Amino acid sequence: MFINFLYLLKREGIPVSTTEWMTLMEALRKGMASSSLTTFYYLARSILIKSESNFDKYDLAFQKYFEGIETSDQICDQVFEWLKNYLPPLDIDIDFAAQLKYQLENLDLDQLKKMFQERLREQDSEHHGGSRWIGTGGTSPFGHSGYHPGGIRVGGQSLHRSAVKVAGERKYQEFRGDETLGVRQFEVALRKLRQFTTRLEGPKDVLDLDATISETCNKAGRLELVWTRSSKNAIKVILLMDSGGSMAPYYRLCNQLFTAVNKSSHFKALEIYYFHNCVYDHVYLTPVCQQRNAIKTEDLLRTRTSDYKLIFVGDACMAPSELTQVDGIIDWGMSNSEPGLVWLERLARHFHHNVWLNPIPEGHWPMTHGFYTIGLIKRVYPMFELTVDSLDQAIKKLMVRN
Amino acid sequence: MTNFTNFQGTDDYIVSEDLRNSVNVAVALGKPLLIKGEPGTGKTVLAKSIAKALGLRLIIWNIKSTTKAQDGLYVYDTVQRLYDSQFNHKDVADIKKYIKLGKLAESFTSEQQVVLLIDEIDKADLEFPNDLLWELDVMNFYIPETGETISAKHRPIVIITSNAEKELPDPFLRRCIFHYIAFPEPLMMEEIIKVHYPDLDKSLLTEALKSFYWLRSINGLQKKPSTSELLDWVQALAVGGISPKLIYEGLPFLGTLLKKNQDFDIVLQRAYSRGSFEGSRKDNSKFRNW
Repeated sequence: MFINFLYLLKREGIPVSTTEWMTLMEALRKGMASSSLTTFYYLARSILIKSESNFDKYDLAFQKYFEGIETSDQICDQVFEWLKNYLPPLDIDIDFAAQLKYQLENLDLDQLKKMFQERLREQDSEHHGGSRWIGTGGTSPFGHSGYHPGGIRVGGQSLHRSAVKVAGERKYQEFRGDETLGVRQFEVALRKLRQFTTRLEGPKDVLDLDATISETCNKAGRLELVWTRSSKNAIKVILLMDSGGSMAPYYRLCNQLFTAVNKSSHFKALEIYYFHNCVYDHVYLTPVCQQRNAIKTEDLLRTRTSDYKLIFVGDACMAPSELTQVDGIIDWGMSNSEPGLVWLERLARHFHHNVWLNPIPEGHWPMTHGFYTIGLIKRVYPMFELTVDSLDQAIKKLMVRN
Repeated sequence: MTNFTNFQGTDDYIVSEDLRNSVNVAVALGKPLLIKGEPGTGKTVLAKSIAKALGLRLIIWNIKSTTKAQDGLYVYDTVQRLYDSQFNHKDVADIKKYIKLGKLAESFTSEQQVVLLIDEIDKADLEFPNDLLWELDVMNFYIPETGETISAKHRPIVIITSNAEKELPDPFLRRCIFHYIAFPEPLMMEEIIKVHYPDLDKSLLTEALKSFYWLRSINGLQKKPSTSELLDWVQALAVGGISPKLIYEGLPFLGTLLKKNQDFDIVLQRAYSRGSFEGSRKDNSKFRNW
């Protein structure tokens, strides 16, 4: 059942496993969708989708698959006019209901639809309380506030919205993982810089008390020391941020990343420096790149060990000369004896673990004014756009040697 | 449809239609229900409400950063046993005396079905959820020290909450029913407040909600106010006898809603530029990061 829906979900990029699909089938067998598309929508979502960032993709797939099943909203407004003046909801005694049910038992959905369309064609005025026309009250299968064991409700209140409509609202769009998000999401992503380290790195230099006691007991009291790795995070980070004018449009995004990095207290060391378009002989301690707040890039390379992770944040858009020529530096009154690219390469050689985060969406890279310099820098640094998904990838990249 | 209990919420806890569905699906399929959502959307309270509605006992297992999966099963108190054997001359032959059952085991051994809340699972080590896979699947575990197998007498209803501080492992997710508690819409929120403060003045509520959703719509807040903060605020407004028409203009008792200095500055600035705000405006340039 719905097997194509599974493939549609997979095509949308939602990781749905066979186990989960079988669980859904079991739920359907137990009758838990109760033949309602809305219930099915929530049922399938709660079983198949395990992250709110996939809700939007699910909504899209659902819309695609179940499109057309939705009952049309375009019943002529006239009908709703008829229904505006309504009778109070009909009270039905049980005997009468049973009798009516018997009469109408054999009416299936197709017949009902056909009848409904006929009525729509024939009816030309309000009818209330009868058993044939579209109206309120009464026992006609059409209308609302009446009683009919299997009629079509037109207007009035229902507790259930159409599922396709719910999906169509796309309420979870903002949770998509490939959108750029807030500080917290960045923080969560950055926290992964820890998860890869605790168990892989560091000497076994801490006494594991529990294991020692347990081993000692196993040896009937003869002391048996067990050592383990300290669970401290050994990650050290250097963040280099572009504070040039072309970064202004991305101020908010970078600010969020900056806040998140600053809040991440789990790094063993965190150093933040600034540069203007490209790194040359100096990096700066403040975003306003002034000489009195400068430190020599050379010193940075000399004094920081190569196990620092290097993260560049910048749009990588500049005049090609700024990268490739001596004295290409953009600031007046400054000079550089070596091209910017040489400095970038030098940094990359020293800090093996490096990435470049670019606030410009990846799709735009080939089209921006800086496409050429983006290309040059991409050859030196693995470049990622600044979205949460991409940041995840960047952090994975940081954990392995380039 | 065996075991299909119909959870409808309780009189002090309002559930949305989709959450109700998820709970019922999880109960019927006997799978853990994983609840995610912004802080303050009532994830933890849900378990209490389910227990209350179904008339079952609630066992809460609070997860901390140091919690290990083993803690939920049993702890073998070797130190006590060693101590007893060396100094007390007690009989230490019976290992069972030194096996202390954890919360998960407690829910297994209970005579009646229980609701087990594993609260804030993301606080623990990353491997924690994976270590529980078998136990949550098969609902039994083996104690090698005593050769005993503890199996569930009645499959507990397991509710797991997460604040999304860490990504949970895929194999674990595959076994759960997932529900994301979205932030309540204004209408829903009105109902929630009415449940807590039934006698609240209608216009005060309307104005408070208007201000609240305006606050939440501001971009760049570090900590958006949540339901529990709104509840505090509404109470403060009611107790303080604030006139409803002053609420949106003056934003009194803002401290109950906002918890961060920077957020204050952002909100005050917005309120000021909205034009109606008469409060003092603080210079916030010194709080900027660059």
